[in-house]
Amino acid sequence: MRDAPSWYFLIPERGEEGATEMSDGTLTVEIWRGKDEGRFETYQVPQRESQTILDVVTWVQRNEEPALAYRFACRVGMCGSCAMTVNGKPRWTCRTHVSKVVASGVVRIEPLRNLPRIKDLVADLTPFFEKWQTARGRFEPSATRADPMPSISPESPERKAADAGIECINCAVCYSACDVVAWNPDYVGPAALNRAWTLVNDERDGDREGLLRTVSEAGGCHACHTHGSCVEHCPVGLNPTEGIAGLKRMTLSALLKGALS
Amino acid sequence: MIEARLYLLQRGSALLLGPLVLIHLGLILYAIGDGLSAAEILERTRGSLAWALFYGVFVLAAAVHAPIGLRNLAREWLSWRGASLDLATFVFGLILLALGLRAVWAVVGGGA
Repeated sequence: MRDAPSWYFLIPERGEEGATEMSDGTLTVEIWRGKDEGRFETYQVPQRESQTILDVVTWVQRNEEPALAYRFACRVGMCGSCAMTVNGKPRWTCRTHVSKVVASGVVRIEPLRNLPRIKDLVADLTPFFEKWQTARGRFEPSATRADPMPSISPESPERKAADAGIECINCAVCYSACDVVAWNPDYVGPAALNRAWTLVNDERDGDREGLLRTVSEAGGCHACHTHGSCVEHCPVGLNPTEGIAGLKRMTLSALLKGALS
Repeated sequence: MIEARLYLLQRGSALLLGPLVLIHLGLILYAIGDGLSAAEILERTRGSLAWALFYGVFVLAAAVHAPIGLRNLAREWLSWRGASLDLATFVFGLILLALGLRAVWAVVGGGA
């Protein structure tokens, strides 16, 4: 607990209007079974206090459906493994309380949207991580271990901009929420561009102009329509739209200076 | 790179079109409200460099702006990609430019 980052306890659970606790002690849970072809199976799950969606899925797998496939690791909102679509919205299931999302006594759980399905609730995140690489979402060193440590003020505007986006847990909730990803298979998505934004603001990165060229390709930052679904659904409260807008400004500035060619 | 350039062109042309469209709409209301006939309108516009410039810039901005937006729509809704889409975008822009400039010439030129 002592090592949890400061933002961890500050994030409010985003609830549905009119969400209610079940009174009879059971919850109706509809879970997707199969791959692209499949069906929703319905289960009655005992209701518990402070129960999360991941608790519900685990209960079904242990008591009703041993072959149910789903993915999780840390259970405390750090690893980004357990995201699923819950009642139509992408969410981190380990930190989503049933009481906040249940609608008319029913919880419907599906795999994340915009990703290939593997089985049941497991989506294949390969395209998501490949697009991080397409957007050059990795640090390019500018120094060796023999060089002195660079001194970077935490108060500098660039470092503040990078800090604002650095806590991404790679859960793919934003990627699943984004309509542009659904429409345009080339679009690298909010998470990859958010990572690019943190790097382009990192003065230790060795090829920031190259990064701006990369995000100016087809499917890069200019494909974003600023819908803001990523901001709305990001479980750790990041604002990828703001970073993408920053990338658009920065690429235009570089273009006008002739630095993009 | 080309995406950044197109983005700049589309936003830049939108910046121009904003006030131009408002002035254009105002002009329509003024002409209709005053009951000007076609002949009276042409009398004011023919040979006018100012009107030629105003609507010339208008047509140019529209011919840049609209095809880029349609290109985005075609990519997202028709899954149309590649060189054929770029060519179609360019041709559509040329058609808009030709039709628009022809109309400008009809209004400010000697006669059409």
